[in-house]
Amino acid sequence: MTLKTTRSNNYGIAVDNISVTYSNARLALYNASCYVEPGTITGLVGPNGGGKSTLFKSIMGFLFPSQGHVHIDGISVEKAQKQQLMAYVPQADEVDWNFPISVFDVVMMGRYGHMNMFRIPSRQDRRIVMESLERVGMSEFRDRQIGELSGGQKKRAFLARALAQEGKVILLDEPFTGVDVKTEKRIITLLMQLRDESHTILVSTHDLSSISTFCDRVILLNQTILAAGTTEETFTEDNLAMTFGGLPISSSSDKSNLTPEAIMAHQPGHPFVSSTNIQPSYGQPGREQPAKRELNQDLDT
Amino acid sequence: MSADAVIADVIALMPADAWRWLIEPFQFSFMIRALWVSAFVGTVCAILSCYITLKGWSLMGDAVSHAVVPGVVVAYALGLPFSLGAFIFGFGATLAIGYVKAQTRLKEDAVIGVIFTGFFAFGLVLATKIPSNIDLFHILFGNVLGISSQDIIQTLIAGGLTLAIILLRRKDLLLFCFDQNHAKAIGLNTQVMYYTLLSVLALTIVTALQTAGIILVVAMLVTPGSTAYLLSDRFDRMLIISVAVSVLSCFLGTYFSYHLDASTGGCIVVMMTLFFTAAVLFAPKYGIVTQTHSRGGDQHVSRQK
Repeated sequence: MTLKTTRSNNYGIAVDNISVTYSNARLALYNASCYVEPGTITGLVGPNGGGKSTLFKSIMGFLFPSQGHVHIDGISVEKAQKQQLMAYVPQADEVDWNFPISVFDVVMMGRYGHMNMFRIPSRQDRRIVMESLERVGMSEFRDRQIGELSGGQKKRAFLARALAQEGKVILLDEPFTGVDVKTEKRIITLLMQLRDESHTILVSTHDLSSISTFCDRVILLNQTILAAGTTEETFTEDNLAMTFGGLPISSSSDKSNLTPEAIMAHQPGHPFVSSTNIQPSYGQPGREQPAKRELNQDLDT
Repeated sequence: MSADAVIADVIALMPADAWRWLIEPFQFSFMIRALWVSAFVGTVCAILSCYITLKGWSLMGDAVSHAVVPGVVVAYALGLPFSLGAFIFGFGATLAIGYVKAQTRLKEDAVIGVIFTGFFAFGLVLATKIPSNIDLFHILFGNVLGISSQDIIQTLIAGGLTLAIILLRRKDLLLFCFDQNHAKAIGLNTQVMYYTLLSVLALTIVTALQTAGIILVVAMLVTPGSTAYLLSDRFDRMLIISVAVSVLSCFLGTYFSYHLDASTGGCIVVMMTLFFTAAVLFAPKYGIVTQTHSRGGDQHVSRQK
């Protein structure tokens, strides 16, 4: 592991020419290549159905691309996972909230990879779980069944699991959906702390208002990578119009990327793309949108 | 007043005939044997039941149980232990289901429906054409009262193996049921876990074959876990409740089948269903009746989709 010493334990994600086709022959992602710089917060931005979750799942090895590879700076994803380098915070609708399990037990599952095969928690495992809960402000809810939490608490519980896993690379799929402004701010603060502790963080979102407040870099995605770079250079009005405008960039005849808000976003004056200098403010008109957009979640594959 | 004292009083009050009637079933060795064998089978099924219910594999249980029929017939014809044939065909059916589902555009329930009935029908044809001393009725509905000691040994081996696998891997299996993606993210081999759970399912069905028969084994695999799920929000408690409900049902069912002179498997499953019905109606948190009474009260306990 010479890489480790030269890179001081920082891990970037190299996505090399990934294509994913679903069983109904729909092309979800094609020829996607990008590099997520180590020790940064990178925002993955694109419309619903644009392939954000698909890219995440390809990176994590949950689905197998029809072509292409993903590497975590020289080592395979599988190896990185065995070394507990990669943590994943799922979207809310990927979790069975009726499962008979407490918040504490969910966070403890983050430690399983560090335990022996019988998964008997050591004193250290317990301490790390408690610290992780403390860090996201969920200690007092640790004995709750997970379905008894609010939207923001649910996110924080799974974020605590990622912390307990002590992964160096953290992927968060739509962490701000169904979350109140206070929790969003809290999660962002935590992500920035984690970045300063040299974690590599990839966040997918279709909420553009907060991107420039915490993302160092941005990757724009609509079925393929359209642009990638620093937030300053990449997160421009032109690039966003190209990403959300539903331009006929796809070779397939599928129109599912033309979601109502994508078409709306193409019109001038839309709150999502109206300003290039988006302020670090919360509670903009755009904040009201997520509830409505959740209806389109099923398109977001 | 202690419980023993109460029982002593009740016995004193009862006419001697009634007492004899009550303990009559325990005088027969075949009844004693049926009681403990069914309680053992009930325990094994109840534990797996919690995983199967949470994973959403009830229909898969139905499929595996029906698919073992040709295996039982072939095993008898070749002079092998019935459990070996049953396991091979049961597990084989799940492989076939997985393969067809992955390779075609059919939905899973259709694939399961086609394959298990296909296996089952093939079993029926074999059972009626291959000359053997297999009683089809016993395969379908179980025959715990007439279970041979050789069959008991097979039941114990299959059941013991099941218990050992689940106990050793219980945390990983639970993680697999809860969040397959996280299991993968921490470097677990989810394919291995998938096949582990499937083979445990097949083993459990082999365990319960003699007691409940292939038709009723589905109830033993689904009902205790579902009952317990309505009664608990913690997995450990769910396991305990599931086992308690199952063992009690097996015990009472076997006992009453003697007096009613009715099918033992049938009585066991009826008992389980009664417990389930009680839970559906009166579970403290999730019961229909209970929820109606507390409507407008604590909102966050209502199930979220």
